[in-house]
Amino acid sequence: MKILVPIKRVIDAYVTIRVKADQTGVENANVKMSVNPFCEIAVEEAIRLKEAGKATEVIVVSAGNAATQESLRAALAMGADRAILIETDQELQPLAIAKLLKAVAEKEQAGLVILGKQSIDGDHNQTGQMLAGLLGWGQATFASSLTLENDRATVTREIDGGLETLSLKLPAIITADLRLNEPRYASLPNIMKAKQKPLDRLNPDALGVDVTPRYKTLRVSEPPPRKPGVKVESAAALVEKLRGEAKII
Amino acid sequence: MRILVIAEHDNKSLKSCSLPVVTAASELGGEIDMLIAGHNAADAAAQAAKISGVKRILHCDAPLYERGLAENLAQLVASLSADYSHILAPASFFGKNVTPRIAALLDRQQISDITAIHDAKSFTRPIYAGNAFETVEISETPVILTVRPTAFDATPEQAESAAITALPPAEDTDLSAFVSRALTKSDRPDLANAAIVISGGRGLGSGENFKDLLEPLADSLGAAIGASRAAVDAGYVPNDYQVGQTGKIVAPNLYIAVGISGAVQHLAGMKDSKIIVAINKDEDAPIFQIADYGLVGDLFQLLPELRAALDNSA
Repeated sequence: MKILVPIKRVIDAYVTIRVKADQTGVENANVKMSVNPFCEIAVEEAIRLKEAGKATEVIVVSAGNAATQESLRAALAMGADRAILIETDQELQPLAIAKLLKAVAEKEQAGLVILGKQSIDGDHNQTGQMLAGLLGWGQATFASSLTLENDRATVTREIDGGLETLSLKLPAIITADLRLNEPRYASLPNIMKAKQKPLDRLNPDALGVDVTPRYKTLRVSEPPPRKPGVKVESAAALVEKLRGEAKII
Repeated sequence: MRILVIAEHDNKSLKSCSLPVVTAASELGGEIDMLIAGHNAADAAAQAAKISGVKRILHCDAPLYERGLAENLAQLVASLSADYSHILAPASFFGKNVTPRIAALLDRQQISDITAIHDAKSFTRPIYAGNAFETVEISETPVILTVRPTAFDATPEQAESAAITALPPAEDTDLSAFVSRALTKSDRPDLANAAIVISGGRGLGSGENFKDLLEPLADSLGAAIGASRAAVDAGYVPNDYQVGQTGKIVAPNLYIAVGISGAVQHLAGMKDSKIIVAINKDEDAPIFQIADYGLVGDLFQLLPELRAALDNSA
């Protein structure tokens, strides 16, 4: 069984985000880019399934500009077998990405697609669920554990109030939450090896997908500032402030 | 214009996050229908009928909707969509799971986690863990939205109940099956809508310290208990305690962060709280930058002192 793992290249989680003065977006020139952390977890899970003999091949796919291949190489260095870059400079919204992924999943006849539950830039939390809907496959989002047996996936999901376990028919879509696993670091030899692994290039036209944006971004703005706070000297002083000044307890 | 609100419920009662979604729907202007899809969910439907502003309850009752599985629920909502200009759900774990699937079935681009409505087609939403907000405009209908519950007030009850219409179930997709659910039991207020939240981080050091130091304080204050990702990952508390970009978003009147340094991912989940208190031994911890009141020191000494101070002046 082939596992397809879509990944996204995002501004690194430790970069301080600054809104552009003209409100068209956030500063992205010369900032560190990384594989979205949830996508790394998805890659790790797929590699572990292959190592456990549950999958034959792990294919990573991403859509974006030419620089996106760096992120695909990073996933190959972790242990994915090959990569597909859907190259485009167009802004991609989640529905468009899901349509691109549907085309790739069908072309590759993937038996399982594992994605990150959300990307830390747009915070949409949509692509996996949309892909499941478009393919007509079952979905288990926010997964914290996954086992494959007898053509079914058993998935424990993080939900409001605790955990839920579902059983899905394969093929299916899984989206990874934080606690599914801890992704490995790529070793130097594996980073070198990754440079030789196959990376195919496609584009939206070749996949027959219209990626025209559906919504227009009118402006991007700073969050409202909080007024500066004060330090208090003791627990008693804190309680006094909360009762007297803030009148909150 | 007609608007469909997808209610989150557990068959017996509505989840409180459903109420702010009705407020958001009212801001759009139009007749509001609310969908209760469940099994033996008459009580939840009756409760929904009392929400102010709801015109009609669509009650679809069948075993296949008992657990709110995304595949069957999305199928049902998609079959109803032709009548509506907008379809809304809470941006809770439930809403985040099912709504994008509905959007995909309808070939629509969802707008997630909206915090403000400007008109029927333009909305503001947080991006980059709330470090920026984007205002977007979408011209297709139905508009598919998830609503951040803390950004809108809860709707009051109305005296007269809305009409309840029974709906036939859609076909069972048979793609996924419910196995089990393990819910954290607690007598404390619900984290998502408690007036006071006290959260612990890695600084607490262990699950026992959560129990011995944080819980008594939470009980004195009538507070819910939350946690940072670090505390959950360390196994001090269950996953559903996590406050942050990818956990729960809370906005209580008072948020007390204990032993939490204040990573942006945590701040994303709580910085809209009215008053923020930070207790941390590192005076340079980022949490102090957004705290209204900061207390620098050893939490193992300060928490018992805080409890004594609360009890003394009570």
